[in-house]
Amino acid sequence: MAFESMEEWLKCSQDKNISAAEAVILEDMSDRGVSREETWARMSAMWNAMKSSEQDYDRALRSHSGLVGGAAGQMEDYLKAGHSICGDVMGKVIMRALRLGESNACMKRIVAAPTAGACGVLPAVLVTAAEQDGLSDEQMTEALFTAAGIGQIIAARAYIAGAMGGCQAEIGSASSMAAGALVCLRDGSPEQMADAAAIAMKNLLGLVCDPVAGLVEVPCVKRNVIGAVNAMAAADMALAGIHSTIPADQVFDAMKEVGDQMSSALRETAEGGLAATATGRAVSERLKSSL
Amino acid sequence: MNLYDILGPVMVGPSSSHTAGAVKIGLITRRLLGDAPAKADIALAGSFAATGKGHGTDRALAAGLLGMQPDDTRIPNSLELAREQGMEVHFQEVQLKDAHPNTALLHVTAAGGRELELQASSLGGGRIMVNKLDGIDVNFTGESHTLIVHNLDQPGHVAEVTSMLSHKSVNIATMQLYRNKRGGYAVMVLETDQPIPEDSIAWLSHLEGVIKVTYLNTMQEDEHGL
Ligand code: SF4
Repeated sequence: MAFESMEEWLKCSQDKNISAAEAVILEDMSDRGVSREETWARMSAMWNAMKSSEQDYDRALRSHSGLVGGAAGQMEDYLKAGHSICGDVMGKVIMRALRLGESNACMKRIVAAPTAGACGVLPAVLVTAAEQDGLSDEQMTEALFTAAGIGQIIAARAYIAGAMGGCQAEIGSASSMAAGALVCLRDGSPEQMADAAAIAMKNLLGLVCDPVAGLVEVPCVKRNVIGAVNAMAAADMALAGIHSTIPADQVFDAMKEVGDQMSSALRETAEGGLAATATGRAVSERLKSSL
Repeated sequence: MNLYDILGPVMVGPSSSHTAGAVKIGLITRRLLGDAPAKADIALAGSFAATGKGHGTDRALAAGLLGMQPDDTRIPNSLELAREQGMEVHFQEVQLKDAHPNTALLHVTAAGGRELELQASSLGGGRIMVNKLDGIDVNFTGESHTLIVHNLDQPGHVAEVTSMLSHKSVNIATMQLYRNKRGGYAVMVLETDQPIPEDSIAWLSHLEGVIKVTYLNTMQEDEHGL
């Protein structure tokens, strides 16, 4: 069985004196009855797929509905001009998150992480980190094990689907996973990893799932950006030694409680939030008659 | 959830339930038919009907019927490919009582005349569940080797199947029995840990009282395209 709490996970890695990622690998080997080589190869394939999905972006593509496409291209041009507020590194993270979100909407190949709607958060953050710090594919594969370990705990205690718990469960979870992975890549302690995951989730707690016309386009594409940027900020805070007052496990439990209280109109049904705005409804009507 | 339910699948967007799951429903239909469908009538229910077009659900289902996996980059063009390869596909909307919100009902016919009707739901994260097979309620995911036997509801058929499996050292993971009415038409669905030899499947299908045998081998690599 996979770990069901951050506490259990950290204790296991401490007791056995192994890294958090290593503890996840061992758990997966016993859980699915596979060899180390098997799970390593599969995870490194995920990393390769993430890298190529980011590369495959085509700024000329538009989604079937025509609502999204081209934004990452605009961001790229803007960054080239050199006046961005966020600076080069953050600017690239923003551009990459847009690329993935748009590629997904345009039926390109992506890696669901943890869902297709939130597929941009991890690659945006990780591809940029690898480039910036000159990290190897092995290090990135290990980081993905850490990220997946965090996701497993979130899935066990709360949810990872917008239809169940709102966008906090998708973009929030992706952000929490990415934050923890970043801390590991910077050789932070397991406690710092847990702090980063907790902080990232806290910052997105309550985020609703309100896709216009029920499509994974608006606001999903841009929410990948906030998930990625938030993950970087949370990781930096944790690495600075700033603690999360509420421990990660309790944050995830709170996410579940908030999700349970969320009206169904705010859980992917496209009946509330942005989907129910005048513009959201007009778009939905237009698509109904044209599709 | 296992690690790769969290990271993955690698898939063509935009939605794991409306796109990746739909490809899998098409694919499992093709595998259960045991042949390339020449004709497919597909009815979309619930959210598949409401937002399916925008999510490419129609193209995803057709792609699966053509033998594509959820990460095949040709999925967006599957309807054109189907036309080129002579596979006739029709879509319509349907209301289904008590069905999961993301459900499709497919009626497929192979060139040789073999037919299959299947109702399946996409549960999220790319996972699916087959709910009905040729009108009879069933419950299986297609993630294990699955043997489906349609037979007349008379004594002895379950024993024939299970003793054949034990003879071939195939361990049964789950077993379900369904029938439309006493003495009528029955279906057994067995999920097994090991693959079942082909000659044993052939032997089963020739038994008296056995109407149809379908076998889904999870190890089977689908050729891409027809
Ligand atoms: S708004 Fe809903 S569909 Fe869009 S990314 Fe968030 S959870 Fe997914």
